[in-house]
Amino acid sequence: MSPIIVELIVLALGMALLLVESFAERLNRNTIATIGIVGLAAVFLLLQFGDFSASGIAGYIQDKPALFFKKFSLVTTIVILVMSIDYSDTVRKFVPGITPQAGIGEFYSLPILTCAGMMWMASAADFILIFVSLELVTISFYTLVAFTRRNAASLEAGAKYLILAALSTGFFVYGVTWIYGVTQNTNLAAISKVLPSIPAGNQTGLLFGVMLVLVGLGFKIAAAPFQFWVPDVYQGAPTPVTAFLSVGSKAAGFIVLLRVVEAFQTLPALEDKISLAIVLLAAATLVYGNLAALPQTNFKRLLAYSSIGHAGYLLMAVASFGVFDAGLAVVVYLAAYLLMTLLSFLILIIVAKNSEGDDIIHFNGLSKRSPFLAFSLLVAMASLTGVPLTAGFLGKFLVFKVALESRQFLLIVLAIITVGCGFYYYLKVVRAMYWQTSTGAPTNISVGILSTVTIAALVILIFLFGVFPQFGAGLLS
Amino acid sequence: MNLLVHLTYLGPLVAGILILFGLPARRTAITGTVVALIAGLILFLGYDHVAGGYQFVSSLPLVPAWDLKFYVGVDGLNATLLLLTSIVALAAAWMSPRNEENLHRYMACVMGIAAGAAGAFASLDLFFFYAFHELALIPTFLMIGIWGTGNRQAAAWKITIYLSIGSIILLVGLIALYLMVPDKQRTFDIVKLQELAAHRVFTGAGANTVFLLLLIGFGTLVSLFPFHTWAPQAYASAPVPVAMLHAGVLKKFGLYGLLRLALPLLPEAARHWSWLILALLVGNILFVGLATISQKQLDLTLGYSSVMHMGYIFLGLASANLIGVNGAALLMLAHGLSIAALFAISGELRKQTGTLDYRDLGGLAKSMPLLCFLFGLATFASIGLPGFANFASELLVFFGAFKTATPGAAFNGYQIATVCALWGLIISAVYMLRAYRNIFFGERLNRWAGVKDVSLALGWPVLLLVASLVFFGFAPQTVLQRIEPGMALFWK
Repeated sequence: MSPIIVELIVLALGMALLLVESFAERLNRNTIATIGIVGLAAVFLLLQFGDFSASGIAGYIQDKPALFFKKFSLVTTIVILVMSIDYSDTVRKFVPGITPQAGIGEFYSLPILTCAGMMWMASAADFILIFVSLELVTISFYTLVAFTRRNAASLEAGAKYLILAALSTGFFVYGVTWIYGVTQNTNLAAISKVLPSIPAGNQTGLLFGVMLVLVGLGFKIAAAPFQFWVPDVYQGAPTPVTAFLSVGSKAAGFIVLLRVVEAFQTLPALEDKISLAIVLLAAATLVYGNLAALPQTNFKRLLAYSSIGHAGYLLMAVASFGVFDAGLAVVVYLAAYLLMTLLSFLILIIVAKNSEGDDIIHFNGLSKRSPFLAFSLLVAMASLTGVPLTAGFLGKFLVFKVALESRQFLLIVLAIITVGCGFYYYLKVVRAMYWQTSTGAPTNISVGILSTVTIAALVILIFLFGVFPQFGAGLLS
Repeated sequence: MNLLVHLTYLGPLVAGILILFGLPARRTAITGTVVALIAGLILFLGYDHVAGGYQFVSSLPLVPAWDLKFYVGVDGLNATLLLLTSIVALAAAWMSPRNEENLHRYMACVMGIAAGAAGAFASLDLFFFYAFHELALIPTFLMIGIWGTGNRQAAAWKITIYLSIGSIILLVGLIALYLMVPDKQRTFDIVKLQELAAHRVFTGAGANTVFLLLLIGFGTLVSLFPFHTWAPQAYASAPVPVAMLHAGVLKKFGLYGLLRLALPLLPEAARHWSWLILALLVGNILFVGLATISQKQLDLTLGYSSVMHMGYIFLGLASANLIGVNGAALLMLAHGLSIAALFAISGELRKQTGTLDYRDLGGLAKSMPLLCFLFGLATFASIGLPGFANFASELLVFFGAFKTATPGAAFNGYQIATVCALWGLIISAVYMLRAYRNIFFGERLNRWAGVKDVSLALGWPVLLLVASLVFFGFAPQTVLQRIEPGMALFWK
């Protein structure tokens, strides 16, 4: 079967749910989310057990990383929809409508369209295709970030995201035109083939183009110094959207980055300069993300800075590209990042709903209010810091391994320090949950069945990846 | 599959998980540690020192591409340490409070620490060797922060940040060690790595740097001077079981790592850095020793003293001959038992009197004869009086270190360090006997007239620890003959 069928199914699912939203007024909107979850789960199974290896379309490759990133997008979107159901009360409060449920359906179906874009991006090996799928993702996000439109913070986030994302897209396209100008190609495989024959005089132009593309991608993956939008947008956007941005958008950026870096391997003179640029990006991102996370008191903002920090570790692995396991390190790190970040956001939504706020002090005494949530968040924080026997450790372990193998000593020294910082700011949350007592009257928090199952599944997966490293090592085989 | 070794860490681990799921905390914890102790005893007694090598092994391949497996087994060295772990874990579980708020969490954390220590000693695979040790980090943070005394929050942060940075440096060192092996032979298997060392695989250009990383990484975990400042405060603030397990057992992980990996695999690098090790260990013994004398509270005295005693063990490790390293290994056992006993006693004392400040205490021997007797024994053990395992091991360490010869030097660095270290014996006698006198002798203040002695039911964990010390003091060869086959492969 042709592999694009999968993306088309997801796209059709998203469109159909949008139509349902418009025409079925009386339908309980949570049904839309449930249909979405079931539909995406079905697509996941189809991808897992069906045979979609043959491609035959130019600029569309279906290799193991592509398959991994497609499943990654599906899982992320499913968890995002679970979160959105928990978050729907807040959305309702900030979205004006004739009926109480108006607009909620869109909040559920737009992530599915984003998912289709991310899946397409995983296979895109042509700058045109990359651009189109990137825009499908980004434009869905414009809407989603500003979705709760009576909330000033959300609107502010939307405006900031729109302007800066558009600017970064401009950089990206401009870079692509330079690359096209030198190589006469937009297809990555074709570019990689003609690179060795590029005369030395034209290489500067090529380098300029690649650097502009890096700027565009640096924005997507939230690498310093292109990270300025992150804290405000993450804090202002509806929380499920923040989670989606920090996991889905980042992963999509990394698959494109890997494809671009891989394509330019054939010209060593250029490749050296690109890796130097990535090393510098990684160093800046590591330092900025982790140091800026130290003083944060708002949990959502803390997660925003931590997502910048994690982009640094991921870039460390990308900078080691060329070492055998570097691709695997990125993939394992992203898989771990997905599990622990989504788990944190899911718990954040439930706690924030019951505590009237999402500062770290609102987590005070959580161990008494809900031992289950507290323990799950403890697991998420331990994994984010990289404590062994959790998924996060396997990711860090592989990143350090490939970085040592390719002798990135500067990055290793920085990473040692930043991991230490991580222990401080993640354990601040643990401290709030276990050491402190809650400020107000401690009320018990009840968790819905769907959320309980999702949280338990994520916790189990985090341990599974940590205790049995073969799951991580087998992600690309 | 040989299940015996698995019981040493699964006992506490399963007990901890079951406690979280609602089983009675104390009883489950004691059952779990008793299972571990029985397994530890069978391993120790059953280890065949004539055959030597690694026994009771069982392995489960996980990632063949990296030669990573779940691999456990014992030789004399880690059989001894597993025995130490299970004895101290049982005593710690017994010394835990009976009616603490959230007792099940308390006990689950204690079990987590015990399981982490046991798993680290049992593992013969680098990945899990490292992973198990870090397992103890989060429970320690929680326990000191929630149930600690004094300035507990600062202490909890300090120990966590120090140990995490130490561990990450260690991780980099271990990965670098792994990468020193040529591409096709790379393995996480510690036994294979030791075999590769015989083929001079680890002699490349980076060997000295890798050794330094391992020394700093492991050294931070052992509170090697000047990376020791986390330890005294953390041990003083920690709840009794944590102080017992951490100072007694978990801290030995770093020494075990040096003895198992860094020194046998990188002997030339070890020689290259020997001046640094000697300088730092003298810092441990003299600088920290003098700091110990100036302490005004028993918990801080014990915290500093446990840092100071690491210096002797480092001296044994640095000596690079069979007598010295054997002594170091025996001293790990002896120090673990004696410091655990001392922390257990100080915990009881705090429970009865509410203070450990020397200025508030005095003459307690009249009201607490049994505790006084036990403290006396533990004090004598800690000072290294003959009859206790500490004496036998310190003697071996000093003989070993003094024997190490540097060609061409009449009086070499090892001998200077040994002479400095000998002063440590006097220093530790000063502060321990002073503590003994200040607390138990002299004039009894009226407020202590009604203080109750510990019952024998509570005192027996301490008795168990002290009895083990006496046993190994009179029969150190039970340990030494088991350790020797493994050591003789690398040292003469």
